[in-house]
Amino acid sequence: MSEYDVINSRLSRLDTPDKATGRALFIDDISFSNMLYGAILQSPLPHAGIINIDTSAAEKLPGVKAVITAKDVGTVKYGVSPARYDETLFCQDKVRYVGDEIAAVAAVDQATAQEAVSLIKVDYEELPAVLSVEEALAEGAPQLHAEYPGNYTAQVHQEFGDVKAGFEICDLIKSSTFVNKRQDAAFIEPPGCVAVFDLHGALTLYSSTQVPHYVQRTVAMVTGLPVGKVRVLKPYVGGGFGIKASANANELAACFLSMKTGRPVKMNLSREQVFKLCRARHQFLHKMTTGVKKDGTLVSLEHECYLDGGAYSSFGIATVYYAGSLLGGPYKLQNMKYDGYRVYNNKPPCGAQRGHGGVAARAAWEQQLDMIAEELGMDPFDLRLKNMMQAGDVTCNDLNMSSLGMEECLQTVQDGSEWKKKKGRLPKGKGIGMACGFFVSGAGYPIYRSDTYHCTAIVKLAEDGGLAQVYTASAEIGQGSDTAFGMIAAEALGVPLSDVRVMSGDTDMGVDLGAYSSRQTLMTGHAVKEAAEDVKHQVLEVLSKELSVPVQDMSIKKGRVVFHRQEPDFSELRTRYIKEHRGWTDNPKDEPLTFREASRIAYLARGSIVGTGKYKPHELGGKYKGAAVGTSPAYGCSAQVVEVEVDLETGQIRIEKMTDAHDCGLAINKTSVEGQMEGSLSMGLGEAMFEEVKFDARGRVINADLAEYKIPTAVDMPPIETIVVESNEPNGPFGAKEVGEGAIMPTIPAILNAVYDAVGVRIFELPLTPERIYTAVQDYHERQKAS
Amino acid sequence: MKRIIHIRVNEQEYELAVEPNLTLADLLRDELGLTGTKKGCEMGDCGSCTVILDGRNVNSCLILAIQANGSSVQTIEGLETEAGLHPLQQAFVEKGAIQCGFCSSGMILSGKTLLDSNPNPGEQEIREAISGNLCRCTGYQKIVEAVADAGSDYQKGQGGE
Ligand code: FES
Ligand code: FES
Repeated sequence: MSEYDVINSRLSRLDTPDKATGRALFIDDISFSNMLYGAILQSPLPHAGIINIDTSAAEKLPGVKAVITAKDVGTVKYGVSPARYDETLFCQDKVRYVGDEIAAVAAVDQATAQEAVSLIKVDYEELPAVLSVEEALAEGAPQLHAEYPGNYTAQVHQEFGDVKAGFEICDLIKSSTFVNKRQDAAFIEPPGCVAVFDLHGALTLYSSTQVPHYVQRTVAMVTGLPVGKVRVLKPYVGGGFGIKASANANELAACFLSMKTGRPVKMNLSREQVFKLCRARHQFLHKMTTGVKKDGTLVSLEHECYLDGGAYSSFGIATVYYAGSLLGGPYKLQNMKYDGYRVYNNKPPCGAQRGHGGVAARAAWEQQLDMIAEELGMDPFDLRLKNMMQAGDVTCNDLNMSSLGMEECLQTVQDGSEWKKKKGRLPKGKGIGMACGFFVSGAGYPIYRSDTYHCTAIVKLAEDGGLAQVYTASAEIGQGSDTAFGMIAAEALGVPLSDVRVMSGDTDMGVDLGAYSSRQTLMTGHAVKEAAEDVKHQVLEVLSKELSVPVQDMSIKKGRVVFHRQEPDFSELRTRYIKEHRGWTDNPKDEPLTFREASRIAYLARGSIVGTGKYKPHELGGKYKGAAVGTSPAYGCSAQVVEVEVDLETGQIRIEKMTDAHDCGLAINKTSVEGQMEGSLSMGLGEAMFEEVKFDARGRVINADLAEYKIPTAVDMPPIETIVVESNEPNGPFGAKEVGEGAIMPTIPAILNAVYDAVGVRIFELPLTPERIYTAVQDYHERQKAS
Repeated sequence: MKRIIHIRVNEQEYELAVEPNLTLADLLRDELGLTGTKKGCEMGDCGSCTVILDGRNVNSCLILAIQANGSSVQTIEGLETEAGLHPLQQAFVEKGAIQCGFCSSGMILSGKTLLDSNPNPGEQEIREAISGNLCRCTGYQKIVEAVADAGSDYQKGQGGE
């Protein structure tokens, strides 16, 4: 039995009845009278100078209300990280990828807007394009940004400990190279927005975003409006996975078009445009060398990584840091050297996607660890256990594992998957593999340098005390955060969830950095808890005065006031409450004093009872350059076992079963935790098995739809067994920490390790297409025969 | 030139003048205000626009409104009754089969078409029945469980129409 009344349970989510019945409003379900429709002109060329833009024909088309280019909106630079603001809303003198934005139109309907876009005439001077890391770094390669020579967005050079000295004491040193492929987030809802500029000079932007706060700041910066004149609201959002975690050109264009026309403007991205927007997982090329002692002790890791970045930075600086820093744990490793390069080229920009920066690195390393275990004759579990950190350990790059349920994760997936019965005993073609991973529970620092609170919360009691309203600017994007915060507020206040209403996703409700880096449960959760406790305290203070009972001798539980010592006579309060509600039928009679009564009395004494809460992380470790990427108040961690069957005739892989254990600290809502694990596993499976955004020689995406870019369907997914491991995170609200991204970490390497177990061949390139597997197996046999 | 069509949507008859290139999805969403039908791709790939047309699942983004002339359409809004949520909707809520919810309307309708013909499907049958409906959030695990659960409700005679 849980010691809690609301949290740590499986309550149904607050938003799902609306979603199950079609009531829930998403961005494209929102319309305004007099609304215009926007469309955007995007470059058809990967790299070209702009000689001239002629919008006259578009402007003359009946129904067109505005056409805007860089001439109209200026060239304020924006992006994700202020250190690399390298985008302008519209290109002025050159385009850098197929999809780069040049102009936008607002018209009375979508068809007219599209037609107007096609009437804009742009004269280009084509420039040579670079479409890969190699081309971009070649001698004399065309340069994308004059400010960032050599086509490097960012380089990272870090060394912790002494890697070289470490290798000298090693008994086994293993090197391997690994490459994944560019992914698309493939959320089912394409992004969209509606901008409404009003008669008071204020702009309201409705958008399917993960980060209302950052969008508000970017819109204010690019339009020149004061932050206070920009309000960003998100309706229900159909998934984000990182790609909706920054302002995009569509949002900015809609704002300008609304400001220019004085009318609401709706802008939707088509599915094809989602692939052009990209901002999804990079292609990473990892070269790793790991040294161990013969008892399996990890000593040194030397790591080099190249990120195929695309035309702009997006999250790229953080990504290249994460690709190195997230190997600091969860194993004890004293020496780690990392050289990372994020490289520009003329493809759509990559950014952050679930497991930001760490997924391919984890895949590369966990496979290498398996190779090491095999060579040492150790079980893969034993190698990991041998090196596993304990709660309280600090990595060589200063990440503090304030809680770490890794051993329990390992134990439970080993048992849950019947590893011991299966490992080494499966028939040819069948295999079993495992891997581990961990992830931040919120970035330790905001994206822009600031002492800002990462989140604020307000809890307000309705005047009759029957309802606690929770307001945050956090982003429910499908992960269940509204429900988690409702549960946290209810628990902290001492009322049932049904007496709480949650409102979120609106910059008018406070500051919240939003849904990225798995931050909300821990961070926003803290703020909500504090606000609810504030409200409770205010009510108890009034009660204390009325009843002459010290505040500390009372609490609220399940909607009732609990007196820890003798129960005072509260009949006078009850009479007052009943008088207040003359004529109502649900007056309390013989029951204990209710929270509703107490709240009403508090309201009569003080007016609106409003509690506030806020959170920012305490001082976190790491003073070296780049320490801000990877440090977090807490880390979630997981272990996973995957079973596969490989058809040796065709190379076709079938994933048969996945068992995943994740330590999320205390689970606020267990069903939601499992949901995050299951979703992470399916995204990881997709990346491992089939996902790859492909380009032609002209830099155009050739599979920009959900038929050719294949994500897992229900028949591709095996049954998943999820095991929720609950450590107690000292820095989390009620001990809670992340689950949204960490669970994806072990998926790809566990699949790779299982494939090796099945066919005896290591694969170092994704995705695991039948062709790749078949060829690898054939090559292997050829080589065997030859030797 | 607009054409007149007759269409039955969620048990209600409509006579509508529609452009010949209007899709059924846009008819439902824009003309009838039934925005529970979602559009994730408008190319027939994702299934979020699934509706039941004369007893069959279709991607309403691929069907023209004029092709639906004379037909009967059921959308997600048509599943609730006065008694409350349909057993499938209830099961999706209780099992945690909904995250972002963008795929849910289509998923639930695909599930319904399956259960209407086979209230006791096996796991593989469920997976196949919803394989035209993409979900990026759930890994399908809880969706499969919810459909199976609702199926047992059907068998107890609480479901269906
Ligand atoms: S919107 Fe119809 S199948 Fe995707
Ligand atoms: S719940 Fe988000 S796509 Fe299915």
